[in-house]
Amino acid sequence: MNPPEPPEQLQKPATAIPSMAQVSRERKPAASTVLQKIRTSHPRASRIPDAVFAVIILLSAISVFAIVVLVAWELIDKSRLSLHQFGIAFFYGHDWDPVEGSFGAVPFIYGTLVSSFLALLLAVPASIGVAVYITEMCPQRLRAIISFLVELLAAIPSVIYGLWGIFVLAPLLREYVEPFLARTLGWTGLFTGPMYGLGMLAAGIILAIMVVPVIASITREVMTAVPQNQREAVLALGATRWEMIRMGVLRNARIGIVGGIILGLGRALGETMAVTMVIGNRPEVAKSLFAPGYTMASVIANEFSEATGDLYLSALVEIGLALFLVTLIVNALARLLVWSITGGTARVRA
Amino acid sequence: MGVGIEVRGLNAWYGKNQSLNSIDMTVLANHVTAVIGPSGCGKSTFIRCLNRMHETIPEARAEGSVQVGEMDVYGSGSDPVEVRRRIGMVFQKPNPFPTMSIYGNVAAGLKLNGFRNRKQMDELVERSLKLAALWEEVKDDLHKKSGASLSGGQQQRLCIARALAVEPEVLLMDEPASALDPISTSKIEELIFQLKQHYTVVIVTHNMQQAARVAEFTGFFLMGSLIEYDKTEKIFTTPADKRTEDYITGRFG
Repeated sequence: MNPPEPPEQLQKPATAIPSMAQVSRERKPAASTVLQKIRTSHPRASRIPDAVFAVIILLSAISVFAIVVLVAWELIDKSRLSLHQFGIAFFYGHDWDPVEGSFGAVPFIYGTLVSSFLALLLAVPASIGVAVYITEMCPQRLRAIISFLVELLAAIPSVIYGLWGIFVLAPLLREYVEPFLARTLGWTGLFTGPMYGLGMLAAGIILAIMVVPVIASITREVMTAVPQNQREAVLALGATRWEMIRMGVLRNARIGIVGGIILGLGRALGETMAVTMVIGNRPEVAKSLFAPGYTMASVIANEFSEATGDLYLSALVEIGLALFLVTLIVNALARLLVWSITGGTARVRA
Repeated sequence: MGVGIEVRGLNAWYGKNQSLNSIDMTVLANHVTAVIGPSGCGKSTFIRCLNRMHETIPEARAEGSVQVGEMDVYGSGSDPVEVRRRIGMVFQKPNPFPTMSIYGNVAAGLKLNGFRNRKQMDELVERSLKLAALWEEVKDDLHKKSGASLSGGQQQRLCIARALAVEPEVLLMDEPASALDPISTSKIEELIFQLKQHYTVVIVTHNMQQAARVAEFTGFFLMGSLIEYDKTEKIFTTPADKRTEDYITGRFG
C-alpha cells in the first residue's frame, strides 16, 4: 500500500495508476451514501449489546462461584454444633450412634468411596467398549439406535434402578454370583461372609449401570471428534483394526475419556436413592464386599427426617459437608491425574 | 530398493459411483511417477487403491489386479495390513500423532511391527528423520516436543519420516505439498527427488509445475480414466491426446 497522497496531487491529470482518492471520487455507487449515513448516525450503537452481553456473561460466571461458596458456607454454618462438639475427630470417628450422641463419618466416607470406585471399575471398561463399538465397528444403521438406547439408560429414574436392584439384582447376586465369587475369589478376603444379596457389591453394580451412559456417551463424542486423518495415518502404517483404535483413536481421545470418567464418578459419589435401596444401610467398615454398608448421601436421605435433637441434625449436615469435600478432593485428584498423563500439553488438534 | 508396480484393469467405486475405469499402468521401480488431473478425476482414489486404503472408506470397493514387486495386492491371500506395511503413504494434510513426541511419531510404525530393540529403533528413527531432511531441525527436541508442535512443513516431513521408518518398498504421496507454503514445498520436492534412490515414489499433485519438477513419468487422469501416460517431458511438451493438451495449457480444470 502506498501512503495516502497529499491533496494537491489530486489536481494532477490521472497517471497510469490512479490514487485511492481518485478511485473513490470517480465511482459513486448509490449504496455508499446510505452506508455513510448509517455509519455516521450511530457511531457507538453497536457497542451497547456487546457491553450488555459481557455483563450477563460475567454474572453467570460469577454465579457459579457464588453458589459453591454459598453451599459451603451453609453447610459449615448448619453443622457448627457438630463441628464444635467433635472437631476433626468427626472425620476419623467410626462410631455412629444417635442414641448415645456419638457421631463419626468414616463408615459413610468409606461406603461412598468404595461403592463409587467399584462402580468405575465395572463401568469404565464397559463404557469404553460401548463407545468403541458404536464409533468404530457398528453398522451405520444400528449406530443411532444403540446410542439412543445407551442415553435412555441415563433417563431412567434412580428409584426404578433401586427397585430393580432389590427384586432382580439382589436375588441374582445371593443365589449365583456371590456363592461363585466366594468359591473362586474368597481367599482375597473381599468376598467372604454371609451373602445377603444387598450390600456393597450390589450398590457398586447398580452404580456402574447408572454411570455407563454418562461415560459411554462422552467417550463416544470425543472418539467421533478424533479427525479421520488420524485413523488413516495409523492404518497406512500397516495397523490392524485394534491397533488403529488404540493408537489412532483412544490415544487421541484419552483426555476426553478421563473427563467422562470424572463426570461419571461425580454421579456415582452423589447418587442417593438407588444406593440407599440396595446397600444395606449399616454404618460399618467391612472388608468384604458382600457386607452391607452405608454412604454419605444415603445416611442423609434416610435419617434426616427422623433426626431428633440439634446435634444429630448438625452431624448429618456435617456428613453433607464431608461429601462436598470428598467430591472436591476426588475431582481435584482426577484433574491432577489428567495433567500428569498429558504432561500439561494440549488436547487433540483437528 | 524400490519395486515396480503393475496395474491391470483396476476399477473402483464409491457406493454405486464408479470412480476408476479399468486403469492399466506400469510404474517403474526407483523412479518418481506423478499423477495429475483436475479435482475429482480419480487420481487420489487411484493411489489409495495401490495400498488398499480406498476400501477403508465405508461402501468403497476396488477390483482389478495390482502387482507391487512380488506382491499381488488384490490377490485372494493378500492381507491389507501386510500390504500397507510394505507400501508407505503420505497424505495431503500433515497428520502427525499429536499425543506422541517427535520420536514417538517416527517409531509408531516400528512399534506396530513389533519392534522392541531400543538401540536399533534409535538408529532407524535417526536415519528416517535424516532421509526426510528433518533431523537437523528436531534432533534436540526428539522426546521433548509433540509431533503437533512443529510447523506445517516440518509436520509433513515428519509424516514422511514416519512412513519411511518401516522401510516400505513404495512410497505413495497424495498431494503432499498442497497444504504447504512455497519454501516447505520446495523442501518436500527436493526430498522426493532424493528418495527415488531408495524408493519407488508415486505422487498425486494438482500442481503441474510440481509434476514437471519432480517426476520422470506423468500420468494424466480425467473422469476416472487414465488418458495419457508417458515421460514427463513428453506430456508437458508434445502430449498425444487433445484433452491432455487442454489441461496442461490451462484450458480447463
